[in-house]
Amino acid sequence: MRRVVVTGLGMVSPLANGVNDTWSRLIEGQSGAGQITLFDASEYPCKIACEVPLGDGSNGSFNPDDWMAPKDQRRVDNFILFGMAAGIQAARDAGWEDPGEEECLRTGVMIGAGIGGLKWIADSAVLLHERGHRRISPHFIAGSIINLVSGNVSIKYGYKGPNHAPVTACSTGAHAIGDAARLIALDDADVMLAGGAEASICGIGMAGFSQAKALSTRYNDTPEAASRPWDKGHDGFVMGEGAGVVVLEELEHAKKRGAKIYAEVTGYGMSGDGYHVTAPAPDGNGGFRSMQAALKRAGIDASDLDYINAHGTSTPVGDPIEFGAVKRLLGSAADKVAMSSTKSSIGHLLGAAGAVEAIFCIKSIETGVIPPTLNLHERAEGCEGIDLVPLVAQERKVQAALSNSFGFGGTNASLVVREYNGD
Amino acid sequence: MSDIADKVKKIVVEHLGVDEDKVTENASFIDDLGADSLDTVELVMAFEEEFGIEIPDDAAEKIQTVKDAIDFISANS
Repeated sequence: MRRVVVTGLGMVSPLANGVNDTWSRLIEGQSGAGQITLFDASEYPCKIACEVPLGDGSNGSFNPDDWMAPKDQRRVDNFILFGMAAGIQAARDAGWEDPGEEECLRTGVMIGAGIGGLKWIADSAVLLHERGHRRISPHFIAGSIINLVSGNVSIKYGYKGPNHAPVTACSTGAHAIGDAARLIALDDADVMLAGGAEASICGIGMAGFSQAKALSTRYNDTPEAASRPWDKGHDGFVMGEGAGVVVLEELEHAKKRGAKIYAEVTGYGMSGDGYHVTAPAPDGNGGFRSMQAALKRAGIDASDLDYINAHGTSTPVGDPIEFGAVKRLLGSAADKVAMSSTKSSIGHLLGAAGAVEAIFCIKSIETGVIPPTLNLHERAEGCEGIDLVPLVAQERKVQAALSNSFGFGGTNASLVVREYNGD
Repeated sequence: MSDIADKVKKIVVEHLGVDEDKVTENASFIDDLGADSLDTVELVMAFEEEFGIEIPDDAAEKIQTVKDAIDFISANS
């Protein structure tokens, strides 16, 4: 099989627009959480979220006009806007904005989402009810369906290779990167833009997750303290939004054009829990097998890992189950591997989470810094025996990192990225 | 008449993101102003909202230029 490397990164996160601003704030221990401003959440049980910081584009703020013309912004839900911004950043970073017609035929896009244009769907339903079918925008369907991030990125650049979009809840971003890497490995494409996007901080999104009892409700007055994976006080996840996109490229293709190689995607594992729609199987076997499969594909042992970016959503049910599965996987290597949950800082980006977190793994390899788990003061029961990088980032050489993503429906995905040594 | 024309041109500028001086009365939405089929549906919806009228589909299909829109609205509002 052909080898696949990462040659471009792009991101819109609740900490900042852009990979570098997000990363510097992440390792400083900043939180992206705050009171919800996108709609009136005063009557909701969860009034907090990690919103993308809007602004004029300076100081890490996200300016929609920098990424799509105002008339085009009105035609898409925000998840597409975020996905486009991350996709453009990644293409620029890789120097792949205008590769020529032949290369475009071998360049594909696989950017998914967990839910897609939820807000626009909800708003249109209200409009339909109140004013009838003639008031629904002709752009509504193409502006809310999930594969239109991939569609819009491909249209912008003329990429004519595989055009695809996974939808696997909170595993979407990881599945997109893993599946896109396989398309390159199997010679269906030479370059793939892959990742996830999400923008579900809206009334119906917050109401739905609240009713599923998935969100934090105890920290409405202290939003920055709400996402606390593995801490005794964890009580649910904090919703985030944004997008992450990587440029994946066949190794020899990247070398030939002298591209900057961030890391190599060596492992990808998947599994299903076969257990429950929202709750993970109590024995953690799904996550365990997903990680195990990724390590097998990467051809490394668990003891070769330096860093694990956990799914770690800050739920009392999920946190100890994943922890137990990782501990079982690591065995006697548990004391030499660091694991953190960056959801403590940026919240849960749902379909974008796996992509954003894979980028954090890549940045940890590039910079030798492991981002912290914020708000971890006192460990919850059953979460002892692994360094969880509490509160403060750690300087540490990272040669191999694993990222976990688990989604509703019992869908699990794990990625292994490794330092590229020029071999 | 000129009030209707001004409003129509303003809507076209806003929805299609084009320069005001390009929106002449003879300009075709699709051929001159870069609209696609979805944009023309959206434009008709915007005219309906602005002028409080209903533009049936068969009439909407015939509205291809700025002048077509102004004429239809003038005759029906």
